[in-house]
Amino acid sequence: MKQSPFVFSKSFITTLLLQTAVLGIIFYGVYTLLVNTQANLEARNIASGFGFLSLESGMPISNSLLPYSPADSYGYAFLMGVLNTLYVAFLGVVLSTLLGIIIGVARVSGNWLISKLAEIYVEVLRNIPLLLVLFFTYTIALAALPIPRKSLSPFTGFFLNNRGIYFPRPMPESGFWLVCLAVLAGIVTAFFIHRYATRLHRETGRVIPSFTLGVIAIVATPAIAWWLTGGPMSWEHAVLKGFNFKGGLVIRPEFSALMTGLILYTAAFIGENVRSGIQSVGIGQINSSKALGLPPGLTMRKVVLPQALRVIIPATTNDYTSLVKNSSLAVAIGYPDMVSIGGTIIGQNDQAIEVIALWMGVYMTINLVISLIMNWLNAKVQLIGR
Amino acid sequence: MKKVMVLIVLSVVMMAATAWSGTLEDVQKKGVLTCGISEGVPGFSIPDSKGHWVGFDVDMARAVAAAVLSDPEKIKFVPLASKQKIIAVSSGQVDLTSRTTTWTLKRDAKQGVDFTTIVFYDGQGFMVPKSLGVESATKIDGATVCVTAGTTSELNLADFARLHGLKIEALVFDGKKEALNAYTAGRCDGFTTDVSQLASLRTTFASPMAHKILPEVISKEPLSPLVRHGDNQWKDIVTWVINGLIAAEENGITAANVEEMKVKSNNPVIQRMLGQSGDTGSYLGLDKEWLVRAIKAVGNYGEIYDRHFGPSTKLNIPRGVNKLWTQGGLHYALPIR
Repeated sequence: MKQSPFVFSKSFITTLLLQTAVLGIIFYGVYTLLVNTQANLEARNIASGFGFLSLESGMPISNSLLPYSPADSYGYAFLMGVLNTLYVAFLGVVLSTLLGIIIGVARVSGNWLISKLAEIYVEVLRNIPLLLVLFFTYTIALAALPIPRKSLSPFTGFFLNNRGIYFPRPMPESGFWLVCLAVLAGIVTAFFIHRYATRLHRETGRVIPSFTLGVIAIVATPAIAWWLTGGPMSWEHAVLKGFNFKGGLVIRPEFSALMTGLILYTAAFIGENVRSGIQSVGIGQINSSKALGLPPGLTMRKVVLPQALRVIIPATTNDYTSLVKNSSLAVAIGYPDMVSIGGTIIGQNDQAIEVIALWMGVYMTINLVISLIMNWLNAKVQLIGR
Repeated sequence: MKKVMVLIVLSVVMMAATAWSGTLEDVQKKGVLTCGISEGVPGFSIPDSKGHWVGFDVDMARAVAAAVLSDPEKIKFVPLASKQKIIAVSSGQVDLTSRTTTWTLKRDAKQGVDFTTIVFYDGQGFMVPKSLGVESATKIDGATVCVTAGTTSELNLADFARLHGLKIEALVFDGKKEALNAYTAGRCDGFTTDVSQLASLRTTFASPMAHKILPEVISKEPLSPLVRHGDNQWKDIVTWVINGLIAAEENGITAANVEEMKVKSNNPVIQRMLGQSGDTGSYLGLDKEWLVRAIKAVGNYGEIYDRHFGPSTKLNIPRGVNKLWTQGGLHYALPIR
């Protein structure tokens, strides 16, 4: 029986009415909330809007990636916080992935001691609140290291004290651009070697050591350029002047403690993802590749990993986004991330709603980008029907 | 359908604008005064071994509770971090904040709060370990200084560095405790906040005498309790209770002699203050004996100061500009009439 699209059943109308009503309530609720908030803010003479972002901040920031002074605006100060958050997020994701893979592989290792150690690591880190891990790493960083005047110096130019780790800063001299160009040339050469090797392998079955050749190209070309230009680089060493070291590159203990805590913590979760991924690959697959005579390294790379990734990636996406959100705990140990700087801005202006909206916007953007990348990666490793 | 209607009506009721009634009425109806204080600064506000809050800021709040609720114990203290101290008042979380807060134009005019009257004239200074061998704040070029977020100290520090062309690395912590821990761990060369608090916090160290407060005072920090913007009656009450405590010191009224003064004094000023003549209480929405109760509960301004900062205490902060104007200080009580 054919039904006319314009005849609705009774239940359909009820459903439609119900849903319209629910939607109406939600809109009305949001609207009332906004009007109420606005009225209350006005009644108490609290400024609203984002105008304050262009005012001079007047606040100090101890750790910024770009040059910053208290004469800069609130908006610029907040941007310094966003950059610090992005920096922590990026390094955190990369390094906790590396450590996580090591932990995960160690857990499925046939060596009893290694797998037990990895298990203890995971169980300890996974079951402690991250805030405590951070307090622990920060306390250790401050308590274990000496004051600047009694710095440890394992190599010349390196200093280790409770104000940070100091490295010599490379100072490029004239002709340095030639070395940079050589690096680029090396990479391009390596790329062509790889393409040639692949084609050769496909057409004739011959294998040439393309990886080794590529590495040689990337290392040797700049080395020759370096030698020809006479080493166009000098080092600026950190020197103890007054209270602190000046010059050189420095990694602050707040940053080290935050990174260490975040990486150790997140790697425990990623390690478990890697373990479950590896264990999800049927033992028959491994046995078959052994039977075909594939060496263990190739078995891992060509057989186990591509299948394991299907399990690992979705779970790891969650851990990456958690890492980004967890980085907001930086505020507890004095690292000026976005939340720390935003908090100060709230304290100086009392425009909490605006700053919290900015926080949410930035975290959401970062995490949506991570999800997009990971979903794309996930789509790439899924079984593709041919 | 009936269910949906009920839901709609319910949500409308729940979303309806909550009208702000007067704080005085609110406090009297609840029977308890909610007051924001510091997270634990000896002398200003800190819980004793029994968990009972004591201190200069605490007594100011107790005086208000005594005047409004007839009981200095009917008070709930909410420890606030620096960052929260203004928002907690403007959002109505607390009725009053008595918490070493500097009176500034921006806070008064733009942040939804009103300041009442100055209870303590302070200024910002630096504390450094004696072993550092620094004698003056102008000699700390290149130093790292620990400071708490959301304070005027944070801004003054940046101003001071700019003014004197010093490179000072400010390490900003969310809480005072974390900032102090970093200082004692040697992460910072110095610690900065109001001088009175430096003296107070120093007493919590394992060896207070190993730290020194530098002579420079780099800012003016008039500390005042604050209330929500727009409730004039409540602002008047807090202002005049504290003013009454200063007036009590001027007139020699103490916690011990207030009852006696009330009946025996023939000074018309004292008679008006203590409700024997005139009707000052009704102007504030209170009864005649509002100030009698406040003085009886915590004593006059001088008594409160001596109890928490005086020579017999561990802090021993000289009264300096916090003396009465008659003794060369800045406290000048307004006439109660």
